[in-house]
Amino acid sequence: MKALPGTFDSRAAVALADPSLQKALKNFKPLFVAKRAAAVAELDGFEQLRETAAAIKDAVLSELDVWLERYAAKVESLGGHVHFASDAAEAREIIREICRKADAKTICKGKSMVSEEIGLNEVLEDDGYKVVETDLGEYIIQLAKEPPSHIIAPAIHKTREQVADLFEQNHPGRPREDSVAGLVNEARHALRERFFQSDVGITGGNFLIAETGTSIIVTNEGNGDLTQTLSRAHVVTSGIERVIPTLDDLSVFLRLLARSATGQDTECYTTLSSGPKRPGDPDGPEEYHVVLVDNGRSKMLAGRFSQMLRCIRCGACMNHCPVYGAVGGHAYGWVYPGPMGSILTPLFNGLAENYDLPNACTLNGRCQSVCPVKIPLTDLIRTMRNEQIKAGLMPASQRRMMAAWGWVARQPGLYRAFEKLGSKMLRLRAGRSGSLSSLPGAGAWTRVRDLPAPSGPTFIDQWKAKGGQS
Amino acid sequence: MSRETVLHSIRRAISERGVRGRFELPARPPAPTYGEGRLERFTERLVTHACSWEAIDTLEQLPDRVMAWLEGKGLPPRFAVAPPLMALPWPEIAERHCDRAGIDESVAVSLAFGGIAESGSLAMYSGPQSPITHNYVPEFHLVALFADDIRDSQEGIWEKVRATGAMPRALNLIAGPSRTGDVEQTIQLGAHGPRQVHVMVVHAKPSTS
Ligand code: SF4
Repeated sequence: MKALPGTFDSRAAVALADPSLQKALKNFKPLFVAKRAAAVAELDGFEQLRETAAAIKDAVLSELDVWLERYAAKVESLGGHVHFASDAAEAREIIREICRKADAKTICKGKSMVSEEIGLNEVLEDDGYKVVETDLGEYIIQLAKEPPSHIIAPAIHKTREQVADLFEQNHPGRPREDSVAGLVNEARHALRERFFQSDVGITGGNFLIAETGTSIIVTNEGNGDLTQTLSRAHVVTSGIERVIPTLDDLSVFLRLLARSATGQDTECYTTLSSGPKRPGDPDGPEEYHVVLVDNGRSKMLAGRFSQMLRCIRCGACMNHCPVYGAVGGHAYGWVYPGPMGSILTPLFNGLAENYDLPNACTLNGRCQSVCPVKIPLTDLIRTMRNEQIKAGLMPASQRRMMAAWGWVARQPGLYRAFEKLGSKMLRLRAGRSGSLSSLPGAGAWTRVRDLPAPSGPTFIDQWKAKGGQS
Repeated sequence: MSRETVLHSIRRAISERGVRGRFELPARPPAPTYGEGRLERFTERLVTHACSWEAIDTLEQLPDRVMAWLEGKGLPPRFAVAPPLMALPWPEIAERHCDRAGIDESVAVSLAFGGIAESGSLAMYSGPQSPITHNYVPEFHLVALFADDIRDSQEGIWEKVRATGAMPRALNLIAGPSRTGDVEQTIQLGAHGPRQVHVMVVHAKPSTS
């Protein structure tokens, strides 16, 4: 997927002014947060599982080459093909070649963030294939010609009415459906035939198991299973970091994934696929390919962001992020939104081009407190800001402001005098209401909320009054 | 070659950070166990995931119960069936086949490889005896499962799989009917796969199996 035009600021402004999006965001957030909390509370030892999962990932990443070779050898021993792609272009080429050789016409797709990352649909459509997204959320946004706005619920920004409009336009001859049940049913009918026509089925791979040469998909709809079972060739797209050693390790991750992603104890379907159809099998794909995509991950492995490679793409960080909750996924401009995207997007697409992503974060830390693999997201966002400053990317006006603030902060007497003066002026301006509805220089802030005026003595004064040292 | 390029850059990254061999694989926390309460936990989780279930004493009772279930739903006695169940004493009116499921398949009757008490999941082991399409294409999925094949956790199923000597091409873990929350986060059953899953827990395992 190509990066969306504009900056985070400009895209966020559009998002804040979009009433349908705001309605959708209001609905989704409490639901995901409460469901996760309930599912986590129900399980003994969730914390221990998080620790274990993080440790498994760190151990695998420290010998990733060994585990990948083991995994690939096992897949090949089962008659599968493993392809390594250095970058997005190479990954696209490999998949185009598989489709050409399979003489494909229809390509069904299960949800795959890697395929979004490498911009696969565009090239396959340009080649003339009928490419059909089969996850309902992905199908909706494919019809709307929009990118996903959440990694688990790609159409979270769409209201029911908008989905009904889209289906009405795209399913000629069918009466308009307005209920959720009616819309789901309509999609079921529209996609049924596609599954049976599919020549190549492309899915993601949540995990890859070295012990057995197995790829895993986890879904609720069953679309991924129909995609990979009914197509003549099954192509798994996966990042190189997704390999884990054994089936027993998989259990650790599965216990974390569904609870963190959707607040379920397990997703409806967990499918472990090992190689192509075997002699005597009544169904299943004749070819089985795994495309392992590097696309900057090995570089990540070398640097200060290697912990990001623990990510299992559960979406919990964005579900708990107040910034994501206010502006939705499109404001982040690319495939990966929310806190994980604020780190991944600059790493994949450039620190300079995505300057504002890590800087839009409030560093409140809720994301890292829920991340199932304990990625220190706020620390990494801080590190990212650091890297941006070191690379000289901070705008001159901000740099001057920070330099001035830094100078004043190093003169305690002066700093306190400014602080007192500032808080007094704000109090005076606020009057009896105690808050300011407008403030010169902070119009963007006060346009959507009031600024509370400082209510009393400064922290230092209070500290002194209580007998503390200054 | 890309494989070498990718592996080479991984190796370089690992050596730059000097991490090779520095992190050991951790001990995993023990999987849950339910002792005597295993079956109860399994059926309770089945219901949580919107499955229905009933107990039957022997596999020979399956045909009658399947026919009664279909009649109760007003469905014609036509279905895809797993090969090991084909030779059961089905009544003559039962129109059945054990090929892969076709686009209009409405009902399938399968035999599960195992069950997982922890999550109420069914484990289906693909192969000539168990077509994968039976699990996903029909609207109604009826599954026979021997109570003896229920394990406490996934780990128990992995052990059972290892005991067969090979991973099946597909091991499908199924927890309830297909569902989606993609329209306004409202959970709706029957997205692409079965709308209903009915489990028949068989208590007496035939001595031959
Ligand atoms: S960073 Fe953590 S919480 Fe966010 S998607 Fe990845 S694993 Fe989930």
